[in-house]
Amino acid sequence: MSLASAPAPAAAEELQRDFPVVCEGGQRQAFCGLAGIVWLHRKMQDAFFLVVGSRTCAHMLQSAAGVMIFAAPRFATAILEERDLAGLADANAELDRVVTRLLERRPDIATLFLVGTCPSEVIKLDLHKAAERLNQAFLSPANANQPIQPIQSQGLPAVATPAGRPRVLAYSGSGLETTFTQGEDTCLEALVPDLPTLPPGETSLLVVGTLADVVEDQFSRLFAELGIGPVHFFPPRSSRALPPIGEGTRLLLAQPFLGRTARAIEARGAQLLAAPFPIGIEGTRRWFDAAARAWGLAADRVEAVLAKPAARAGQALARYQPLLAGKRLAFFPDSQLEAPIARFLQRECGMEILVAGVPYFDRRLMAGEIALLPEGIRLVEGGDVDRQLDAVRAARPDLTVCGLGLANPLEAEGLTTKWSIELVFSPIQGFEQAADLAELFARPLTRRARLRF
Amino acid sequence: MELAVWTYEGPTHMGALRVATAMRGVHCLLHAPQGDSYADLLFTMIERRPGRPPVSYTSFQQRDLGRSTADLIKEAARVAYERFRPEVLMIGESCTAELLQDQAGSLVRGLGLPVPVLPLDLPSWSRKETWGAGETFHRLVRALLKSRAPAPGTPHPARAPGQPPRANLLGPIALGFRCRDDVTAVSRLLAAIGVEVHIVAPLGARPSDLLRLPEADFNLCLYPEIAESTCAWLERTFRQPWVRTVPIGIGATRDFLAEVGRVAGDKAVATAAARLIAAAVSSTTAGLEAAPAEPASKSPQAVPSVVSPQLAPSLATAPFSEGQSLAIPVYQPRLPWYSQSVDATYLTGKRVFIFGDATHALAAARIIDQELGMNVVGLGTYLREQARPVREAAHQYGLEALITADYLEVEACIAASHPELVLGTQMERHVAKRLGIPCAVISAPAHVQDFPARYAPQMGFEGADVIFDTWIGPLMMGLEEHLLTMFRGDFEFGESLPAAAQDPQAATYPPGVSASATIPDLAARSQISTPGINLAPGLAHEFPTAPSPGSPAISSGTGQEGMTAGPSVAQHALSSQTANMAANESAASAPVWDPLAENELKKIPFFVRGKARRNTECFARERGIATITVETLYDAKAHFGR
Repeated sequence: MSLASAPAPAAAEELQRDFPVVCEGGQRQAFCGLAGIVWLHRKMQDAFFLVVGSRTCAHMLQSAAGVMIFAAPRFATAILEERDLAGLADANAELDRVVTRLLERRPDIATLFLVGTCPSEVIKLDLHKAAERLNQAFLSPANANQPIQPIQSQGLPAVATPAGRPRVLAYSGSGLETTFTQGEDTCLEALVPDLPTLPPGETSLLVVGTLADVVEDQFSRLFAELGIGPVHFFPPRSSRALPPIGEGTRLLLAQPFLGRTARAIEARGAQLLAAPFPIGIEGTRRWFDAAARAWGLAADRVEAVLAKPAARAGQALARYQPLLAGKRLAFFPDSQLEAPIARFLQRECGMEILVAGVPYFDRRLMAGEIALLPEGIRLVEGGDVDRQLDAVRAARPDLTVCGLGLANPLEAEGLTTKWSIELVFSPIQGFEQAADLAELFARPLTRRARLRF
Repeated sequence: MELAVWTYEGPTHMGALRVATAMRGVHCLLHAPQGDSYADLLFTMIERRPGRPPVSYTSFQQRDLGRSTADLIKEAARVAYERFRPEVLMIGESCTAELLQDQAGSLVRGLGLPVPVLPLDLPSWSRKETWGAGETFHRLVRALLKSRAPAPGTPHPARAPGQPPRANLLGPIALGFRCRDDVTAVSRLLAAIGVEVHIVAPLGARPSDLLRLPEADFNLCLYPEIAESTCAWLERTFRQPWVRTVPIGIGATRDFLAEVGRVAGDKAVATAAARLIAAAVSSTTAGLEAAPAEPASKSPQAVPSVVSPQLAPSLATAPFSEGQSLAIPVYQPRLPWYSQSVDATYLTGKRVFIFGDATHALAAARIIDQELGMNVVGLGTYLREQARPVREAAHQYGLEALITADYLEVEACIAASHPELVLGTQMERHVAKRLGIPCAVISAPAHVQDFPARYAPQMGFEGADVIFDTWIGPLMMGLEEHLLTMFRGDFEFGESLPAAAQDPQAATYPPGVSASATIPDLAARSQISTPGINLAPGLAHEFPTAPSPGSPAISSGTGQEGMTAGPSVAQHALSSQTANMAANESAASAPVWDPLAENELKKIPFFVRGKARRNTECFARERGIATITVETLYDAKAHFGR
């Protein structure tokens, strides 16, 4: 199937729709970008994330991750000490020592990410330079003359770097620059320069944003049935199996927090397809439609493939609609998923959205969502947590979506809550997960209605 | 630069927040970047606190660094004061903020707020959480009381006639191990000997309560890591003596009572304490139905009132506002008798590895050795500041103390010492789970399941009984151990999988035969969980799928267990890891098992089979024996003894 010659109609009128977003400052209750390591290390299982920071960073990562069933997890913190702060030369030497020891102990590491933090930025420890230096160091004479194999454009089993030579990259997960899910954006952005080039004349679809493997497989099957391909997912399951990008790449975002990554891929010639995010039946359908348009597929063909899963999802979702319809909902800013999920809950579950707090609002990425958001929905960017609490206490919504630090205190005040972090860690995208997503919101309501003391 | 995988302690400001959160009327302004507010969830999720911790963050970002962060601090302090109206405003700085050198404390002091402002200035790049908590408490007490210090040499004022001796309970904080219930248990104990609890701090205290600390006759240092420096300062400044014994375990509680009797300087108290000490011993011989000892307290009716409003941390909502008020006049501990009962003989000489904060590790070692008759085979702490007492105690058991904050080092030491029980923090609980060893948590850092709904103190005689149940529970009971031996080999008795869990090489039964089907109670209690039968071996090292539902932040308990193949994954991962390790090892210098010897080995109960295998192989290697025969097996048995 060849690519349609005319680019997909970017939803120009949607972009132009002026959507009011209130921007507030003040005290934040949000994770920093380091939290992204929790799912990134699970997705790319041959990668290791070395946070270069303070004891606070290590403690934060442990508290956010908490998945301590690993004896030696694929992430760790190089905790800076007073000595390292005194002189950057020493800090660099120390970093080299720590990395060398780590790689000796874990020869299975294909990609090592040096993750920048607030303190590493404040002391101006240049981790990108450190990564370059370490890459030179690990370029052993045996490997030095071996050309890096270009990756196959299909299949992806090829290895981007000679086996046994770990690649070192750097990105920032610092709270000064990133909030929670943005850590994935900076991580993927750091990988983009290493993506091989898609040969001219070839086309492919690139789906960007971490998805649970089960969702990725569902999407792969549907793209195959539609005849859209080759399809690559980024990040890949192996950090060595990097997808190719180029002029023929059509880019579809699976997550709403990847603005920098999208721009970096577009700079290599790729074209971003305008679509809402694949959340809910409608979002997923429109997301596939965007790809189908780019591939110039006939509407009946698309309908033939997507009607069945969409109908099944509708059937599953119907169970939760009565529980959610008419219920009033407020979002604290957390993951950037607020807008697409609010759109789903409002349009497909009949909930009333009082306020959707978002950490930041990227109008370009949200274009497809803005078109679908109801008139009059209150979007607030940033915001002060104490004032947000006041507002929620005054409005007393039926359900409040918030972080773990706020959930129990609000429950104790009689407000029903949904932990927002679950929305990031659970598979919620796609047709088959639409009902699961609704269930996450129905559960706390059902529970509160059930308990009697 | 220190490579940390999991950490026992957070940064110093985390310690400050544990003190602030335990108290009332205190607010902490933390100069910190966005992201550091994760600290809140430890209190609200792990301890299930129904209120937010009393902390505001400046949440500075990159763009603020270009400008001056000073305005941000001043504005945040003004807002925090207006909103929370604390009696004291503490100013802390996180690691990153300390690098900025904004002098947040001086800036806020300069605002002229109408409350005391206490800059904490905790060195976050050289010290850690526990030290930060102790230091915060000390600085707060000193700041509030310094101006009230009497002239040096002034004796502590004498007690008014008829006034019972009064003691302050110092050291319990938020996220501490069983602090809430320890306060109740110790208060009841004191009531039984006629000592009044004056102030409990930090837990539940207001700054105005701290001002009244010097009124008490003496202090009890319940958690030396937190309260030792404060007790020492109060002694220097106000001539307040302090009790050093931590009452965890029967012997320590008796020592504690004796010390209180001495320090209180009151004849009636000393007599009552002596009677209580004797009663605890008498229960040893009196057995189960020991009659309650004669009320030792001068005023037994005062017991329920010991749970003063002060004691019940006054958070607004239910779980924290209820005081425990079981009115047992004199609690008769059952631990001594239970430990003497014949069923407990199986405990004799069992190998126990102990790691935690110093208070709990030291107490555990004494209980294990003297009160349960087991062997301490490892003793250590992650608190360098407390290394000395732990080293001294370890020497008593012929051990070198393990003083480290490196989780992997602790894991290696546990594996090397082949314990039959591990007492530790949540880290050791994970290690023990992986190694298939029974475990009980005895110390912070702890997880959500270590903050139980029920009353479960560690201190006093009540605490000793809780300890008996929680530490012995994971072990196999004595009679059960014998029955297992007796029924071993019975065709209906599927012992295969626990054996596989403990000794992967001995797994000769087909997977899918679940031992838990026949002996679920045993499998559960001994925590020898069966490997997940639905797991492909290739998955064993990793999570089964990508993002999975469940709580990531309170994972180790609920999150992990809530996952499709939680603990069994860990177990399985370990099994294959150890199998690999064992395979590598045997490839190097492998004594081969004669089939007859292998068969004989299978006749040994599974829970000691792994040890028997290791010992025999070690025995063979040392002697250069290439093939292990039945003879070698019994030679090794004779050599090592039981």
